[in-house]
Amino acid sequence: MAATAEGMSAAGAPAARSRSYLQSDEAKGYSLISAPFLYALAMLGLPVVVVVAHSFWTQTYLTVDRTLTLENYRQAIFEPIYQDLLFRSLWISFTVSVLTVALAYPVAYFISFHGGRHKNLWLFVITVPFWTSYLLRVMAWKVVLGYNGVLNSALMGTGITAEPSTAFLYNSTAVMITLTHAWVAFAILPIFVSLEKVDRTLVEAATDLGDGPIRSFLRVTLPLSLPGVIAALLIVMIPTVGDYVTPKMVGGTDGVMIANAIQAQFGRAMNKPLGAALSVTTMIAVCLMAGGTVLALRAAVRAFR
Amino acid sequence: MPEPATRPMIEIETVTRSYGDFHALDRATLTIREGEFFSLLGPSGCGKTTLLRLIAGFDQPTSGTIAIDGQPMDGIPANARPTNMVFQSYAIFPHLNVGENVAYGLKKMKLGAAEEKRRVDEALSMVSLAGLQNRGATELSGGQRQRVALARALVMRPKVLLLDEPLSALDKKLREQMQVELRRLQQAVGITFILVTHDQYEALAMSDRIAVMFGGRIAQVSTPKEIYQRPVNRQVADFLGGMNFIRADLVEENGESIVVDTAAFGRVRTDKPRAFAAKGREATLGIRPERLRVLWDDATAKHEIAGTVVERHYFGEITHLVVDVAGMDKPLSVTETNDFGADDLPLGAKIRLGYDPDALVALAD
Repeated sequence: MAATAEGMSAAGAPAARSRSYLQSDEAKGYSLISAPFLYALAMLGLPVVVVVAHSFWTQTYLTVDRTLTLENYRQAIFEPIYQDLLFRSLWISFTVSVLTVALAYPVAYFISFHGGRHKNLWLFVITVPFWTSYLLRVMAWKVVLGYNGVLNSALMGTGITAEPSTAFLYNSTAVMITLTHAWVAFAILPIFVSLEKVDRTLVEAATDLGDGPIRSFLRVTLPLSLPGVIAALLIVMIPTVGDYVTPKMVGGTDGVMIANAIQAQFGRAMNKPLGAALSVTTMIAVCLMAGGTVLALRAAVRAFR
Repeated sequence: MPEPATRPMIEIETVTRSYGDFHALDRATLTIREGEFFSLLGPSGCGKTTLLRLIAGFDQPTSGTIAIDGQPMDGIPANARPTNMVFQSYAIFPHLNVGENVAYGLKKMKLGAAEEKRRVDEALSMVSLAGLQNRGATELSGGQRQRVALARALVMRPKVLLLDEPLSALDKKLREQMQVELRRLQQAVGITFILVTHDQYEALAMSDRIAVMFGGRIAQVSTPKEIYQRPVNRQVADFLGGMNFIRADLVEENGESIVVDTAAFGRVRTDKPRAFAAKGREATLGIRPERLRVLWDDATAKHEIAGTVVERHYFGEITHLVVDVAGMDKPLSVTETNDFGADDLPLGAKIRLGYDPDALVALAD
């Protein structure tokens, strides 16, 4: 850009041109996003670079040996313990995101199509759980699922079981239940927004052309709200893979996820490079899973045409 | 009134659609015949779209019955009716291309790929869009979207095609072209078309018959010519175009005709309109502005009146004159073609106007 500007000054009209560029929409746009962009670069881009760099180095007691090596990746990818943790994390996050979307879609559909005058009230009600801390909500599930918890008391009170069961808490199912509950509101909102944009006449047109309610939903409403479904899936899938608090609190040994291992490498185990390699591997794995899910979903919706 | 000698396709029997105390449609009774191009004409909120949606099955009547091709439609949902609709917004599916849009309703019929393709191709060539099967729905112009909507409905071979203000989003030139094409298409396929419009010229130009609606009620059902020339009341007369309303005194009234006295047009005998009820001795006559013509130089007419030009409005091919006539409480509107120089008439000019007494119609209130 600088080179062209200098080139033009020889041609004679540089001042006018640069002034008009500064007033152009493009320049205004860049200046508007510059602050958040620089912030994101400093707080997100740089740390990622640091993590990626570390993943190719080696920890030697208190110092880091900066010779490039793939040893960390060998461990991260081929050690059975990390493989297990990664696959479990991917499985939990996949299940949680699918469950979340499956639960969120009917709610979003109801608010959008049948919310009437009270749409805003409904949306407000959905945000109410967020008024308490996430930790409190996880603790609440501990109270519900625990040995002396609500669920066990109810089961015993109604005579379905004689003794409290330990099967509800400290396993991966407890992690899934807790995460699904925590994320469902985040999934409702994007789905709601994309359902709001679906022209209702299109549903009428589908009906007019012979479709019953289920067919018109599958052929018109669902494909047109797909962007919201995809957004919801990604919003839930990507952060839940790396969730660390929930498995720590309700997961027990069966519910440990990859983030707990990464935390251990950066903490007690003092092996930052291995932690970094695990992080990068997880990032790539979740990207692949998210991409694959999106493609599969698109293909599935396409099949209804 | 000449009615086409075909069987009834749609029978609407005292149909009312109410929202609380408000009657969007009030005891409408109407028969639409097979192969007819029928228009529902009226201002916004007159109930014409409500009636169309009741026929399509998107809405259910509060009372009354609708039958299509002899079959009562009570409780039959829109997807099971032999009707298809061209929506005002066209409602083209944005995630499908042109071919997929047109084939949408055929999928359920399980025709097989070859037959389905043949019918899609046929429908697209009917609306002059042959070869655009793979064009994306979002890459179409307004006129093309309208044609896709039309093809998508026609490909279903419905007994009745419903058109909800299909031309209102097009510019004037394209609209006029589509009017001609739609009419031609209807004659080619022979399907009953029901058009909802608020544009009186569109209804007049395209329809076999028109129902004029006001405030949820059907005011008049007739051919375009009859509706334009013999409107039953002031409202219909006014909605269909310019009309001079003339105060008259009732002299004589019998079963079929009335005799009235007017200040400028003398004693006139006309047909009695359906809902005519003289309020005391007062009646209203109407004459269309183009049925009054300026008599130039020595030209004479059997019936003429004299007046003074008080206003002149130029519209290109015609000029609109406002003429003061002695004895009348309101001046007369006259539209005159510009071939003899009506556009050059000075204000204050004394002119004579010729008319045919048959052009004077009695109007109910």
